[in-house]
Amino acid sequence: MASGRPGVLRDRAAEVAQGVSAYGLIVRMWVRSSLAYRTSFVMMACGNFAANALDFVAIMLMFSQIDALGGFSLPEVAFLYGTSGIALGLADLLLGSIEGLGRRVRDGTLDTLLLRPAPVFAQIAADRFALRRLGRITQALLVLGWSLPRIEVDWTVGRVLMLPLMAVCGTAIFGAVFTAGAAFQFWAQDAAEVQNSFTYGGNAMLQYPPTVFAKELVRGVTFLVPLAFVNWLPALRLLGRPDPLGLPGWVDFLGPAVAALMCAGAGLAWRWGLRSYRSTGS
Amino acid sequence: MTGRARDDEGADAVDEAEQLIEVDGVEKVFTVRRRAGRLRRVREEVRAVDGISFRVARGEMVGYIGPNGAGKSTTIKMLTGILVPSGGRLRVAGIDPAQQRTRLARRIGVVFGQRTTLWWDLPLKDSYELVRRMYRIPDAAYRAHLERCVELLDLAPLLDVPVRQLSLGQRMRGDIAAALLPDPEVLYLDEPTIGLDVVSKAKVRGFLREVNAERGTTVLLTTHDLTDIEQLCRRVMVIDHGRLVYDGGLDGLRAAGGGERTLVVDLERELPPIEGVPGARTVRVDGPRQWLAFPASQSAAPLVAAVAAGYPLVDLSVREPDIESLIAELYAGGGMRADAAGAGGKDGRAL
Repeated sequence: MASGRPGVLRDRAAEVAQGVSAYGLIVRMWVRSSLAYRTSFVMMACGNFAANALDFVAIMLMFSQIDALGGFSLPEVAFLYGTSGIALGLADLLLGSIEGLGRRVRDGTLDTLLLRPAPVFAQIAADRFALRRLGRITQALLVLGWSLPRIEVDWTVGRVLMLPLMAVCGTAIFGAVFTAGAAFQFWAQDAAEVQNSFTYGGNAMLQYPPTVFAKELVRGVTFLVPLAFVNWLPALRLLGRPDPLGLPGWVDFLGPAVAALMCAGAGLAWRWGLRSYRSTGS
Repeated sequence: MTGRARDDEGADAVDEAEQLIEVDGVEKVFTVRRRAGRLRRVREEVRAVDGISFRVARGEMVGYIGPNGAGKSTTIKMLTGILVPSGGRLRVAGIDPAQQRTRLARRIGVVFGQRTTLWWDLPLKDSYELVRRMYRIPDAAYRAHLERCVELLDLAPLLDVPVRQLSLGQRMRGDIAAALLPDPEVLYLDEPTIGLDVVSKAKVRGFLREVNAERGTTVLLTTHDLTDIEQLCRRVMVIDHGRLVYDGGLDGLRAAGGGERTLVVDLERELPPIEGVPGARTVRVDGPRQWLAFPASQSAAPLVAAVAAGYPLVDLSVREPDIESLIAELYAGGGMRADAAGAGGKDGRAL
């Protein structure tokens, strides 16, 4: 384009708008599809909620035998559980179906997405959108709600604002992992499990205090796949706990920067993967 | 224009019309890793499409045929922007598909016979509503197109039926309508009649003819059913091993493939191959039955008379050249035979 840089930016903005609109359209179609089987939908939603609820019951049962886990009380663990669950739940709801990319590459249905006038990422993120995933978010919200009045925090405005910020950054971090994992599937179509070990596995880890894990593992989720920024580091700050890695205090506030970096990285990986697919077709 | 020969009036029309699809020396090379021994893997280059060139004018209906793995789908995928070519130049409606995929998407329609783009659990009309919104089709145009598709494809009773309850033929009609709603300039059809019964096939073909005549939609279709080509396309392109081996009329393909008819005679008893029949040669003997090939242009009557005069004839039949076997012959020969080139050169030529 002769208009140069502003033209490129305008195209980019138009593409994003196109993507958001396509995402919304496809989500609506999937919601209506799932409502075509109303009973099944209600049962799945309840089942999803119940399975997650039992998950926390297990932690409560553990605390019937002990008073503290790695120095953390039950409400404090519940706080970790809730914040991590909300972040993963939101990421899973918004673009969790992206892990089905490998299947679409294998059976060739990814091609039908490439034929529509909308970015593939938006279309695949909305693919098989399932409202039943609200089950996990609801349960995590309830656990978090239960923990808030019970943890010892001197609530200032800044500290209250940290909660939605943690949710947004955590969702972005998990979303980036989902996306990077899906991008990897352009090359290895059955690699969904690898990605699951980081998302669902990472969530299972973040539910517990960092103090119960080996230092190497904590280091791994801080520097390698920085899931620690989802809830561990900001929560340590909120709860007034020392960092087991002894990192400087300002690191706790790096969440938004880490999330932005991860999203940028995942975006690049996605573009790279899609380009590779379009040049090899497999 | 290139030096490609086609039937005369067709060539003139093509010269004047706008070239909607331009393909110049397009290649697609895949690198595959193959196991060689226990651990060693060798990289191998597979030339799926090996330098093909053609042009399709606005409003043409072209058949694109070839055996499995010849490069048909790869070509279609490059024309639609799914795959990026390894070399050559490609333009569809003036757009480079690889660079501007989403812009091109608004101007083309694609139907894959073996997979549907319709929403399984929702009524058919909901899928069309999604197309309307995603392609941002103005209301008036959408209503007019939908009405016409519904009328020509008998979709009215199906609009409120969930797609999963439609038969294969109904779903194919539904898919074709979905591809045509944005009023594309080019329609790519990949095996549009695969698995359909005779009535559904006829409906689909009739509709495509209608759309082509009415809106001037350019159609490029791949198929294994040569009746599709016979009834729809004046021009056919044959691809094999990634190369275009024929581009021209269907008649020319018949001529290029050999242009011979076969006289099958049943004699009273087993005899040595029939000899001394002018213009014919015995190509096969199986017991008392013998096959004689003769040029398609020649009348069978004198042949029959000559055979009957010299041999104890019981029964006979004349077989027209079958297109499938002609194409097989084209493939086998890696191009058309030199003697047939003279006979069929007027209608088309092998490349």
